Amino acid sequence: MAGMVEKRGLSHWLTHAGLILGVLVIFFPIWLAFVASTVSQQDIVRPPMPLLPGDQFFENYRRALVAGVNAPVAWMLFNSMVMAMGIAIGKIVISLLSAFAIVYFRFPGRMLFFWLIFLTLMLPVEVRIVPTYEVIAGFGMLNSYTGLILPLIASATATFLFRQFFLTIPDELAEAARVDGAGPMRFFVDILVPMSRTNIAALFVILFIYGWNQYLWPLLITTDPSMNTIVMGIKQMFPSGDDLADWPVIMATSILAMLPPVVVVIAMQKLFIRGLVDSEK
Amino acid sequence: MEKRVTFKGIWLPILLVAPQVAVTGVFFFFPAGQAIWQSLFIPDPFGLSMQWVGLGNFEYLLGNSFYRASFLTTAIFSVSVTVVSMAIALYLAVLADRLIKGSGTYRTLLIWPYAVAPAVAGVLWLFMFNTRIGVVTWYLGQLGYDWNHVLNEAEAMGLVVLASSWGRISYNFLFFLAGLQAIPRSVIEAAAIDGARFWTRFRTIVWPLLSPVTFFLLVVNIVYAFFETFGVIHTITGGGPQQATTILVYKVYADGFVGQDLGSSAAQSVILLVVVGILTVIQFKYIERKVHY
Repeated sequence: MAGMVEKRGLSHWLTHAGLILGVLVIFFPIWLAFVASTVSQQDIVRPPMPLLPGDQFFENYRRALVAGVNAPVAWMLFNSMVMAMGIAIGKIVISLLSAFAIVYFRFPGRMLFFWLIFLTLMLPVEVRIVPTYEVIAGFGMLNSYTGLILPLIASATATFLFRQFFLTIPDELAEAARVDGAGPMRFFVDILVPMSRTNIAALFVILFIYGWNQYLWPLLITTDPSMNTIVMGIKQMFPSGDDLADWPVIMATSILAMLPPVVVVIAMQKLFIRGLVDSEK
Repeated sequence: MEKRVTFKGIWLPILLVAPQVAVTGVFFFFPAGQAIWQSLFIPDPFGLSMQWVGLGNFEYLLGNSFYRASFLTTAIFSVSVTVVSMAIALYLAVLADRLIKGSGTYRTLLIWPYAVAPAVAGVLWLFMFNTRIGVVTWYLGQLGYDWNHVLNEAEAMGLVVLASSWGRISYNFLFFLAGLQAIPRSVIEAAAIDGARFWTRFRTIVWPLLSPVTFFLLVVNIVYAFFETFGVIHTITGGGPQQATTILVYKVYADGFVGQDLGSSAAQSVILLVVVGILTVIQFKYIERKVHY
């Protein structure tokens, strides 16, 4: 309803102009990276670089994907995909099982377990860098997918989210399952999981982005370039010392590194927003 | 809240929580315990034995001017990132909220930088402000300003703040816009009928009603600036120049991993643990209220 508050005319257009300006400023760094990924090194090292795309698009992306600097970027994309999927799926499975146990059973140590999970919120990787690295090294998991994924799949947030959701499910469903002689696992697989699918999907979007964008952990435990993930691998492409960086390839890699999570956000915007709001509760 | 209907059994639920218990035990609690334990020792130069020093590492740290400087750096950095990203997001959200149609389109255009990793954002900003080839550096040079974040401490801080705030605008915008749209139109229209201009309406009605969202975002953004901006610092400045951008988390990494000073790094971890603890309690105290209302 157009009331007194919204008036057409000058202020309406100023509103649009302000927003468009905001969008342009926020887009600029990405636009520049894209342009840099389509021109030659000569265009970049003689500033100012062009602000419109050049004709080296295929050449730069081919060079990045096939050769890269330390390792082919195609490999790093694959590693990131494995890590992001592993973390997202691992967190969801582990949290569904835990939430099911604490909502639908009474067992000794239940409250202790609940508090243990809560405490993990206070222990981000950044706080326990060296000892966690030592544990992984002790297990011989450096430079492995297991090492990349396993330490990150505990999730207090996801467990609380599923717990919250299970508590809203009517008791009659569990009652009916019991009367029908269905065991707890049957109830879990046939009723609880299908009912949670929207929550699972929303959480998956958030966790995929979380896993894909990990930086510190892969930086610590992947010393072998062929195990690098793409997000942490970009920095490794810069030469040490005064040598000139291969900017077109680095920028092509940056674009490739942001593409999967950005596509996920845009394609699944509704689920993404829901997941974001849910996981902050 | 508890379920009335539950299933019988003790071993099944224990089996169900076992994976989570194993992962948290091995990768969370054991390393955290190690950090606390190691913070009480100094390893000898060859790493062969450990010498008990009690709280010596903490005393040393708190007396160390670099460490105290890192606290101040972290405070300046976190507050700047929070203020910059929230102010821009609020400005854009207020504009988008004024539109009857089209706010959804702007939302789509503005939310996706959220998906860009802090480390990638760091590389993008480093490219724009590169001292030799950066476009922004070049144009600033044309205007007579000599940008050099490699040498200038204030410029280095400014650059990591901008790069860290950039992707965060999306997140704050989303929550501000939702908060604004939840304010009943009738209240604002009533004020408008009473003759209140836009700025008066914003100050007396919108801003107070928005305060729960603002407070929530304040806490969340501070946590973000503390712990999730490592990638930005590592890609752009590496903590320099002269430790001007060495935030606490970066220092734990630099001392423990690069400098191999295990006792000090462990003590820093313990101090950070206390900081996270406090932030988490604040977050939960507030969020509990939000859930119940």
